[in-house]
Amino acid sequence: MSEKISLSHGGGGRQTHDLIQGVFTKRFGMKDPMTDSAILTVPSAMIAFTTDSYVIDPIFFPGGNIGKLAICGTVNDLAVSGADPKYIAAAFIIEEGFGTSDLEKIASSMADEAEAAGVKIVTGDTKVVEKGQCDRLFITTTGVGILREEYAHISSANRVRSGDRLIINGSSGNHAVTILAARRNLTFDVPLISDCAALNHMIRKVLDNNDGVHFMRDLTRGGLAAVLNELAAMTGRGITVEEDSVPVDEPVRGLCEILGFDPLAMANEGKVIVVAAPGEADKILNIMRSCPEGKDSSIIGIVTEERPGRVVLNSSTGGTRFLDMPSGIQLPRIC
Amino acid sequence: MKYVDEFREKKLIMNLADQIKRSATGEYTFMEVCGGHTAAIHRFGIPSLLPPGIKLISGPGCPVCVTAVDYIDRLIALSFTRGVAVATFGDLMRVPGTVSSLSEARAGGADIRVVLSAYEALEIAWSHHDLNVVFPAIGFETTAPGTAVTVLKAASEGTENFFVLNAHKVMPPAMEEIIRGGTHIDGFICPGHVSVITGSSAFEFIPRNYSLACVITGFEPTDILSAILMLIRQISDNNPRVEIQYNRAVTPAGNVKAQEFMNEVFEPCDAEWRGLGVINSGGLTLREKFVNFDAGASFNIEVPHHEPDPVCICGEILRGVSRPDECVLFATACMPVHPVGACMVSDEGACNAFFKYHVHE
Amino acid sequence: MCLSVPARIVSVDGEMADVSVGGAIFRAGLQMVENVRVGDYVLLHAGFAIEKLNEEDALETLRLLKEMDDAMTE
Repeated sequence: MSEKISLSHGGGGRQTHDLIQGVFTKRFGMKDPMTDSAILTVPSAMIAFTTDSYVIDPIFFPGGNIGKLAICGTVNDLAVSGADPKYIAAAFIIEEGFGTSDLEKIASSMADEAEAAGVKIVTGDTKVVEKGQCDRLFITTTGVGILREEYAHISSANRVRSGDRLIINGSSGNHAVTILAARRNLTFDVPLISDCAALNHMIRKVLDNNDGVHFMRDLTRGGLAAVLNELAAMTGRGITVEEDSVPVDEPVRGLCEILGFDPLAMANEGKVIVVAAPGEADKILNIMRSCPEGKDSSIIGIVTEERPGRVVLNSSTGGTRFLDMPSGIQLPRIC
Repeated sequence: MKYVDEFREKKLIMNLADQIKRSATGEYTFMEVCGGHTAAIHRFGIPSLLPPGIKLISGPGCPVCVTAVDYIDRLIALSFTRGVAVATFGDLMRVPGTVSSLSEARAGGADIRVVLSAYEALEIAWSHHDLNVVFPAIGFETTAPGTAVTVLKAASEGTENFFVLNAHKVMPPAMEEIIRGGTHIDGFICPGHVSVITGSSAFEFIPRNYSLACVITGFEPTDILSAILMLIRQISDNNPRVEIQYNRAVTPAGNVKAQEFMNEVFEPCDAEWRGLGVINSGGLTLREKFVNFDAGASFNIEVPHHEPDPVCICGEILRGVSRPDECVLFATACMPVHPVGACMVSDEGACNAFFKYHVHE
Repeated sequence: MCLSVPARIVSVDGEMADVSVGGAIFRAGLQMVENVRVGDYVLLHAGFAIEKLNEEDALETLRLLKEMDDAMTE
């Protein structure tokens, strides 16, 4: 393989074949990569089906890279729907000149992450575009998971009732702040890393041991603030959050203070909100805490009949305010 | 001492809220002049801790909100000038000009970068000799000294590709304008970080000439509540004066060194405040000596004058005459994602804070 | 206006310092403040230290608040 990806690697000929064989299929353990479709056998059940594109800058960041992010993101989208993630398709758009060794590193971490999560990357696509037509590397991953009927309600939120408890599996904002700091060459006295992680094993353990889960969603763009507002809107109920109970790491808080950001509106890549029946919340919390991805889990709030459609935050200082849906992108500010 | 958590202790906050309830004997209207206070008041849910008789109104202390539309238009025109890069604080990105915002100009191909300080803009100039870097200098006395230090650095380094489009403003004349305009105010929560630079002496004219209570306070919940309690006591004692609650950062004389930098680079000038009109000595202009760094003088940018949307009542809101929800555009045509008036743009804008944290159901 | 937060001086290099806000490190110009040392707290605004924070006064403010609180609970 040459050191850099060139347009000929996307031409469909020998170089394309070499790229796919050399970088991807070997790592992903694909049996017959040159068929047009992956042919899969799935048990007769419901499937969950999701897709997402990853365009993150920087491509490598503390705690992960674009490839790990793509696998985790797709696994999590399936897992929070109550499904068992099974198969992933991955499409790569590569800017000519991209380093082959970087691509290999990314493919390797995708393979590792997929293996750890118990999913198979079964099909894919590679395109190489001229310089300037994309920013180094974009990845689109599409995933399929098997959904048992008893979990079909989880993504719909139709079992959410007032009194249900909200559980988060750890601190808010680490991914967004890590990325922001990397882009701006800001550092931390204790290195901060992205929370990028696959959550399907933790979620499986919760679902296998408890039937009190009424809703789940992963907290990506817009963070906790966005998801809670979505949930309030979906259910027509109110949500009350105790600010004190939401874990936020000190450096995340620090960077948000100085740039004028709200840590609760910052993106995560390994966080989920679990809405649990009141009597089961403590048990679910303990199961989550027994998993590495959930050791800092915390009950942060409750579903209510008050203020339908709104999220109310009891601030750590004793005051009360709304936690609104974040709008636009957050920009660092001086005032 | 970390200077943050200590001042956020719930027990102390509850006690202060209780003291305020006991001390408040009537109706009070206090203006928090500073947008930072507006943001903190809403973020910490301060209104929910106050008795109904105490009304807090927001003043003109959000630099983005008082920036004239023409200034934004000039900045956008500059950003499309060949060889120019605009290096701006994030605050300005979404402020609507007549046809677009900087954010939209960037999508349209203009070279616009977000910086965290004036100095960072100068560093861009140093590392890109082929670019003329324009720094939009907005903000009050808190921010102007940083611009001054940066201009002095550019001068001492002989930098020729760094420019300032200056819109710095000073606070006390605007406060006087509001008092004279007849807004009903019983006392001022004076701007904390402006006062760090100016000192409390800059506000002495308010109790002296207008017999209004003034407390300079910090941005933590105990600071703001203490200030409200001190204002109530000044009123019940009938003893209006300027008190410094924020004495860990503010002195009567202020930061003299910062004032010297500011005076070396800038001189007072009349300035247009969005919503308030032209205020005598309400702004700062670069001294003649630094004209080479003045983007206004260095680039020939003419934009037609436009009046802001006549339906938008940002002006009345900035003077404390109207509340955000009294505007017909509020939460309908004017939202944080597509602001009509500047008060909806900045996190410190009265409309933005009201929209985010308050009743808009 | 004027978002300024308390920041601890981590290291000083001439006119510039590295300051920490809860462990997040920023650069700050020290031109406006005098005699700052590692460990001091300053107010950081738009890349500049605009004032050194006075610990004695801060402690005094807190002492008064606590006194008031104690008086109430008695």
